[in-house]
Amino acid sequence: MAGARLWRHLVGARVRSEWQYRASFFALFTASLLFSLTDFVAVVLVFEQVPSIADWSIAEVAFLYGTGVTAAALADATIGAVESVPDRIRLGTFDRLLVRPAPALLQIVGDDFALRRFGKVLQSAVILGVAIAAVDVEWTVARAAMIPLMIISGTSLFTSIWIVSNSVAFWFTDTREAANSVTYGGSYLSQYPLAVYGRWFRRLFAVAVPISFVNYLPALFVLQRPTDLGFAPWMRFASPLVALLALIVAAQVWALGIRHYRSTGS
Amino acid sequence: MSCPVIVENLSKLFTVAEKAGRVRRSKREVVAVDGISFEVGKGEIVGYLGPNGAGKSTTIKMLTGILTPTSGRVEVLGLVPVKERKKLARHIGVVFGQRSQLWWDLPLSDSFELLHHVYRTELGRHVSRRDQLVDLLDIGPQMSTPVRQLSLGQRMRGELIAALLHEPELVVLDEPTIGLDVVSKDRVRGFLHDMNNESGTTILLTTHDLGDVERLCERLLIIDEGHVIWDGALEEFRDRHAQVRTVVVDLVPGVDIPELSLARLVRSDGDRCWFEFNRRQATAATVIGELTSKVAIRDLSVDEAKIEDLVRALYEE
Repeated sequence: MAGARLWRHLVGARVRSEWQYRASFFALFTASLLFSLTDFVAVVLVFEQVPSIADWSIAEVAFLYGTGVTAAALADATIGAVESVPDRIRLGTFDRLLVRPAPALLQIVGDDFALRRFGKVLQSAVILGVAIAAVDVEWTVARAAMIPLMIISGTSLFTSIWIVSNSVAFWFTDTREAANSVTYGGSYLSQYPLAVYGRWFRRLFAVAVPISFVNYLPALFVLQRPTDLGFAPWMRFASPLVALLALIVAAQVWALGIRHYRSTGS
Repeated sequence: MSCPVIVENLSKLFTVAEKAGRVRRSKREVVAVDGISFEVGKGEIVGYLGPNGAGKSTTIKMLTGILTPTSGRVEVLGLVPVKERKKLARHIGVVFGQRSQLWWDLPLSDSFELLHHVYRTELGRHVSRRDQLVDLLDIGPQMSTPVRQLSLGQRMRGELIAALLHEPELVVLDEPTIGLDVVSKDRVRGFLHDMNNESGTTILLTTHDLGDVERLCERLLIIDEGHVIWDGALEEFRDRHAQVRTVVVDLVPGVDIPELSLARLVRSDGDRCWFEFNRRQATAATVIGELTSKVAIRDLSVDEAKIEDLVRALYEE
């Protein structure tokens, strides 16, 4: 595919650029690795005080953490560069993308690719591996297969959320903080069992931002837990479908945003 | 073939939100471009001028498909820019003088290679075109230098190559000589002139540097407050608006400065005098005739009014 080839070339250029600042790259990579470990340390500290959270054991919470954060980190690594959209619009460099014969989004995620974002993927994948070994589950092919499936769906969901929340900048400038609260906030939410959050908060994030489909619902199936919180049992398998829908919505919102940008300018 | 650029009754309105009171915001409509029409023929170099905020950039954005017009018609190379933006992008080259399209931390050669992928140009053609441009703009020695270490003049030559690699039929240059020193400016202008001569590339040029216009453009398009206030040949513009010409004379030392009936003394410095005359009332020949009949002179020259002054006068009207 021509798009994939162009992406590879742009990413290659980006990596060569980053490589010119090697020391800074390694410092940032290490920092992001350590920093992202702290939120798992927080989870562990909670379990020092209590044996379970909302009836979830530490291994089960680690599984939630591993799947949710891996998906978020993969999305961040591949599409996280869309967070440069508000700045590009404000500085007027977005125009540059529109006079080239390649999709704007492809150019952005290629140009602003950052290798250091993979630090978090590494860290969360390790925790996921440990969690899989530690949880008390009768493994079947279906349960095992659900894990890569939920990571792919989760990554797609976060990708959609990233795109939609940054597209807001097409209508309102200076929205970076608001976008971050949804993108990073969403990824943080997926680290704990939904039951620990308030009811209205759960509802909001089940419908408006479909975080519960990232890992909570499919995890209920993998971990052989009862379907609770008013969800229907079939919803445990709906993540791929929800992810697909989210991607379609995100693509539409992005296209609409570009259309709006072109009618208003910046 | 029809004209590369056709603009008919083109307008662009922006809605600007303004603070009115604490929370309330009032909306105000601003007309950036107000019903302009013009055409650019194949192989023309048109200087597109206007003060800041006159609507130049807005027009260019509508021509390149970045902005959707509010009303009116735009056709560029037979395409409707907004609808066929990516297709159009393959056939036009755009240089935004103040915004780089090069990869900052990488050598120039890498930027050119990436553009080959972005535009999906055929490799053999890309290489020969690149080598030709690198040679013409004499940037070969800097090909492996990271862009951030290039001088502004070198970078601008790089920008030009970047915009021309895919052999565009129409080139839109937004202030291509901004910030350049005299030598670099001259090189860029010479290159554009030759390119237009040899391959008939159509060029639309916006600039605040009237030197660009005098060197390159046969036609001038001036916009102010969203309206086209002049569209015509550079020479005609000069004829129409330049009423005053100046004769500069070096008198033989010791001679008194003469009184002339056709021209007026505006300045003198030692033996050198400046006489101004209105071109509708006199010609350079009659003024020089009167002058030489009255005094002995060593040397003389006739100064044309500078385009810069004329354009400024036009904006102020």
